[in-house]
Parts: sequence; C-alpha cells; structure tokens
Amino acid sequence: MSAPAIKTICTVFLKEIRESLRDRRTLLNALLVGPLLGPLMFVIVIKMVVAREIQRAERPLPVVVIGAEYAPNLITALEQAGLERKPAIEQPEAAVRAQTVDLVLRIPADYGEAWRHGKSAQVELIYDSSRRDINSSLQRLRTMLRNYTGQQSSLRVVARGLSPEITRPLMVADRDQATPQARGAALFAMVPYFLIFTALIGGMFLAIDAIAGERERQSLEPLFINPVQRGHILLGKLAAISTFSMTSVLLNLIAFTVAGTVLSRGMENFPVVMNFGFALGLLPLMLPLTLLIAALQVLVTAFARTFREAQTWLGFMQLIPTIPMVVVMVLEVKPVLWMYAVPLLGQQLAAMQLLRGVGISPGESALCVLSTLAAALLVFRIVERVYNSERLAIAG
Amino acid sequence: MIEARGLHKRFGQITAVEDVSLTARDGVITGLLGPNGAGKTTTLRMLYTLMQPERGQVLIDGQDAALDPLAARRNLGVLPDARGLYKRLTARENIQYYAQLQNMPADLTQQRIEALVNTLGMQDFIDRQTDGFSQGQRVKTAIARALVHAPRNVLLDEPTNGLDVMATRGLREFLKQLKADGHCVLFSTHIMQEVTALCDHIVIIAHGRVVAQGSADELREQTSESSLEEAFVKLIGSDAGGLL
Repeated sequence: MSAPAIKTICTVFLKEIRESLRDRRTLLNALLVGPLLGPLMFVIVIKMVVAREIQRAERPLPVVVIGAEYAPNLITALEQAGLERKPAIEQPEAAVRAQTVDLVLRIPADYGEAWRHGKSAQVELIYDSSRRDINSSLQRLRTMLRNYTGQQSSLRVVARGLSPEITRPLMVADRDQATPQARGAALFAMVPYFLIFTALIGGMFLAIDAIAGERERQSLEPLFINPVQRGHILLGKLAAISTFSMTSVLLNLIAFTVAGTVLSRGMENFPVVMNFGFALGLLPLMLPLTLLIAALQVLVTAFARTFREAQTWLGFMQLIPTIPMVVVMVLEVKPVLWMYAVPLLGQQLAAMQLLRGVGISPGESALCVLSTLAAALLVFRIVERVYNSERLAIAG
Repeated sequence: MIEARGLHKRFGQITAVEDVSLTARDGVITGLLGPNGAGKTTTLRMLYTLMQPERGQVLIDGQDAALDPLAARRNLGVLPDARGLYKRLTARENIQYYAQLQNMPADLTQQRIEALVNTLGMQDFIDRQTDGFSQGQRVKTAIARALVHAPRNVLLDEPTNGLDVMATRGLREFLKQLKADGHCVLFSTHIMQEVTALCDHIVIIAHGRVVAQGSADELREQTSESSLEEAFVKLIGSDAGGLL
C-alpha cells in the first residue's frame, strides 16, 4: 500500500474517532453500557443464586405434613434434621397444583401397622416437578427420608444379630473429576455471549454513521469527490469501528475480571476463572472478530436509506451471537477442531474452554484467528464493491 | 477548462442526459441554465466524475477524466447538491479534513483557510461546531472546503439555493473574484437573474439536451427576443416553461 493511501486511511480514521469522542451516545454505548452491562448482570445474578442456595441449605425446611400422628418417631427425626412441620391441609394435590404449597408429606393411616410388622411402610411426597425453584427443597426432604430409612434398616438388621453391611451389597463412592472451574462453568455460560454482544455494540453507532449516516446528512457525495479511493475511505472507517469495538471488548474483559474477583471474595469454593489469563487468551481471538463485525455492520447499513433504518437492522444483528450460544448450550456439543474454524462459534467455544480451566491449544487458537480473518476479508471485498457502486453516494 | 463531449446517461428506462456537449473556459463564468429536472445535476455529476457517462467524454484541463478520475478531481473544486457537514466538527475541522484528503501540507492548509475565511467572511463561526449553522454559514463552509486546495476549475450545483439576499450577493462577488483570478467557473441554476448577473457563457439545457448556448446577447439574437427570459422560454419549449 502506497504512502498517500496510508495517509488517507489515517486521516479518515482519526476524523471518525475524533467525531465519535464528541458524541455522547457512541461513548455511552461503547465505553459504558456495552462493556459493563454483562458483568453487572453477572454479579447480581450469581449473588442472588448463591445467597438463595445458602439460605435454603441452612433454613428450616417448611413441609406440610398430613397424618403426622401416625408416625411420631419419623416426624421427630425429620424435625431434628431441619424440617419445619406445617399443619395439615385439605386436598393437598389441588394446593400443590395451585402453587399455594410447595411440598406435602402424607403419611397414611396404616403406616404404624406396616411398621410394626416389619413391612415397607409407605409415605407420599406431593410436589410439582415442573417448578424448578422447589428442586433443592425436594432434594433435602428426600435426603432426610433416605437417611432415616438407612438408620432404621441398620437398627433392624443389628437387632437380628446381623451386620448392617448385609443390606448393602453395593456401595458407590463418587470421584468427580470436574475441576472447580468446570463446575462453575455452567454459571459462566453467558460470559461469551456478553463478550460478543459487546463487540457488536461497541462500534455500532460508528458503523451506522459510516454509510447511512453520511448519506442521510448529505456528506457522502462531497466526501467521494475528494481525490482518494473509496476503498481507502472505507478502510479508515472500518479501522475506527473495530477500534471502538475492540476497546469495548477490552473494557468488558477487565470488568469481568474485576467481577470474578469481587465474587470470589468471601466464597471459599468459588472458582475464579475470569482472571488475567482468561482475558489474555481471548484477546487475540476477539481482534479479528471485531474486524469481521465491523465489515458486516457496514455491509448491513449500506442498504439502509436512513440512520433509523440502519439502527433497526443492526438491532437484528445483535441476535446473531445467540445462535452459536444456543448450539453450544442446548445441544451440548463437544468442541471439535472444525468448530474453531467457524467465526463466532470458535470464539464462544474458546471462551467456554478457558472458563472451564481447560484452555485451548495454539492450533485451535490459530485456526480460529485465521478463519475469522479470512471471513473478515471476504466481507470487506463485498463491502468494497458496494462502496464503489455509483448509486451509493446519490441514492436518497 | 472543462469540456463535455456527447454525454449520455440513463437511469433504467429514463434518459436523464442525452448528447450533452459543452465547454467551460478558464477566466469565464459559464452558467448551466435549465428548469427543474432538466438534467443539470446529472450532467455536473458526470463532470466531477461521481458518475460514469454511458457514452461520451469528460476532459478536465484537456485530460480524459475517465482514464484518471483521481487526477481529474485534484483539479476540481466542487460544491455538489449535497452539502452536508460533520456537525460535531468545527467549520475549520471540516475544511481541514478535506485538505488532508487532498494531501495538502498543514501550513499551506492554514494559509488557505485564513484566505478563504477572509474572502467568504467566516470569521464569526470558523471555530464553532457546525451543528445549528444557518444555511448561509453552511454553504460558505461547504465552498471553503471544496476550494481549500485552490483548484483551477470550480463546479457549483445551484450554489445560491436557500441563501438570503445578502449571502447571494456575497457569493456572486466571490465567483467574480474567482473569474478575475483566471479560474474556470461552471455553475448550474434555474434562476434567470443569476445568469444575467454573472455569466459570460450560457448553456441552456432542457429534457436532458443542450438546446442552445452562447452569451446572453447571442441567445437573444438567436431567438429574436428582447429579454433573456423570453429567449429562455422560447428555447426550452412552453410546457417545461410552465414548471418554472
């Protein structure tokens, strides 16, 4: 590239940056809303989830008990384990369906007789499994009941002069190989989405301005009369857009790192995965992505007649990063090498792997960077053709 | 000097410009006169290389503009129909941006801007952001940025559009000054007084065709009418005249 060409690109780049720095809306989006929205939501959600779990584990477990008088020993044992007995109600099934009651334990009248004869005495749990919020309560009640059953069966066996082990032919010991990071990764599933969302929003207003904005305020035609190639103007604009987008991503990564540190404080087992290494591993993959996004955004807005129209179309574009996220999350795909060659999907996978503490290989990293760069170049060539078309400057 | 030879331009089925030839000489103000929709803007756009003619040739200072459009543009100063400014930049920054795109050195740019500020009377608003500028301030800024590189040939598309009386007078003086300095000035207009007051050479265009050209006297003689306005109406045909 010749010296005047580089000078043109720099001139356009600097002018775009200067103009944007004076625009409060661009700054707000690129430097505040985009980068901080994700980490803030993240901190709030995690704090809420963790607080609720802790509360539930320690709080007495309120359960409506019907027929408590038939099994006083069971109730005493459960109460010692943390059950809070609520008075019996009529029609417990209806109450559970109406969600006025979470859990009901029903003890039938023949409980005592079955117990005395050494048969399996039945108790009923009435609940609605479609309510995810009662899951942990249900688990706790089940564990309490299982513990009571275990104790009592051991006592009965011992009373007959046998070893309690005779009733346990099999014992299962859990050896979970997941790193603390990997267990935490489920909580971090939204981090990659927010990273890409930030990349999209960072340069959005600049991208709209690049064609639709210039055309609407009638400055595109005079700009094109200057003795410079349109491709160089376009490059300057793209550089400015991806600079803003990259700045947003950088701030976003810093904010997430800070959020991770804040969250891990006071929580012993909380995996701090969003650290310096995570940010550093992801940055080289995000840079070519911002170039691709900038080119895509300019391409989309080139067909919009007004600023507002361009804004609507770019709004739809914000939904694009949800596609790989859904693929990864819902289908629970295992990362395979070729997936790193798909822009967006590659970055999301890499972010997930880094968050799981597994990391990615240099080969995977390189594949992701190169394929994204190739895609960016392809889109740039298309935008360049659009930019050079005669109608571009005069339509509208 | 700007020359057009047999320019043709079509948009789909509609022929906008058909066989337009004209010459705008140095040291002369040439007016492109025609009713609305006659093809003035399209002709100018082909002259300043924004559009490619389907047939015909544009010569800027004798050089074929199609062969090296960038070189042609370097010798042109253009005030197009669209004269949008960047509202978050000051008038000076708007002009500097174009000077940089013209690859001008910074000190020369500063000299030129000072000269243009004085000639156009921009002292009051040169360092203000252009958001909220009046139409006159806008046009002055657009002219200054178009002429910052001191081009030999000056093209203006309806330059007095939206200007008040005083601003129009100022602009006329400015164009006369350009002529006196030996520039080639070509501007389009649909306003008769503009042509009478300024032009040495008049090109009348209607329905995309050149219907007559010459000095005001020659045109009057040609149509044997005593006023230029009557000559104009006669030349463009009565139906188009009704649009004026």
